[in-house]
Amino acid sequence: MIAHAFFFYFFSIMAIFSALMVIASRNTVNSVFFLILDFISVGCLFIMVGAEFIGMILLIVYVGAVAVLFLFVVMMLNVAQQKQSWFIGKKATHIPSGLLVGLLIFLELLVVVGGWQYKDNLMSSSTLIINEQISNTHQLGNVLYTEYFLYFQLSGIILLLAMIGAIILTFRKRDNVKTQSYLKQISRDRSSSVILEEVKFNKGVKVDD
Amino acid sequence: MIEIGLGHYLTLGAIIFFLGVLGIFLNRKNVIVILMSIELILLAVNINLISFSIFSGDILGQVFTMLTLTVAAAEAAIGLAIIVMFYRNKGSIRVEDIHEMKG
Repeated sequence: MIAHAFFFYFFSIMAIFSALMVIASRNTVNSVFFLILDFISVGCLFIMVGAEFIGMILLIVYVGAVAVLFLFVVMMLNVAQQKQSWFIGKKATHIPSGLLVGLLIFLELLVVVGGWQYKDNLMSSSTLIINEQISNTHQLGNVLYTEYFLYFQLSGIILLLAMIGAIILTFRKRDNVKTQSYLKQISRDRSSSVILEEVKFNKGVKVDD
Repeated sequence: MIEIGLGHYLTLGAIIFFLGVLGIFLNRKNVIVILMSIELILLAVNINLISFSIFSGDILGQVFTMLTLTVAAAEAAIGLAIIVMFYRNKGSIRVEDIHEMKG
């Protein structure tokens, strides 16, 4: 229990610190690195609490794909270094309202957490009981491929749409790029490609006109 | 304090959600940081879903977390594509420079 508490506090302090650094850091590349650290910390928390599959998915999909995509875009766009941070700006009228709304949301969430302590029988309607005999991935597969199969397919369609949308948005036709034209290649015939010529003695042949 | 319960995880989710909202409101740099704040908010939602799923003994929360992860990945891909397009057209993605729709 002591070890569980120690690791919980370690990983959550890590996660909160890196979330703070994501929004406060001057350099966007550093923000992406701290985002990666945040995902890793929360993934370790998920693995620790007993949701191994989601934790590993978080590590693989987020750290491996999404965060690297962010890093790639930041490095490609040359926006890494900013001259001023957000709290030194000239027209700083947005900071009090932003802080107010953020703190209100935080307090509301804390009220929800505090109210949770007083309510005992809210979770009695659980239908898909976690079985301790089989592994987490096995249980998730049991549910995901049977009862929630349509949702699974729907998420696949969402990913397909996102892929098509991203390709369409960033695709552009460029000039001065040599490409093959199959139609030109297969539609040429003998008359346009071969010339028979009588070679005169001591004159040679002029190849290009 | 030593006994880690549901409230600890919910508090962690609340703090990360708060930081994400703060990052959206206070940002004056580029739009990529706003996208990263949205990722933080979705991460906080995932923390809440996972902790409710574990502490109430119901696997459904983890199934829903999978769907949330899918939507978050799709959103990141589309958002970054839009940002790349905008940078290609305008040469800047600072928040102050984005006022085409006069909103």
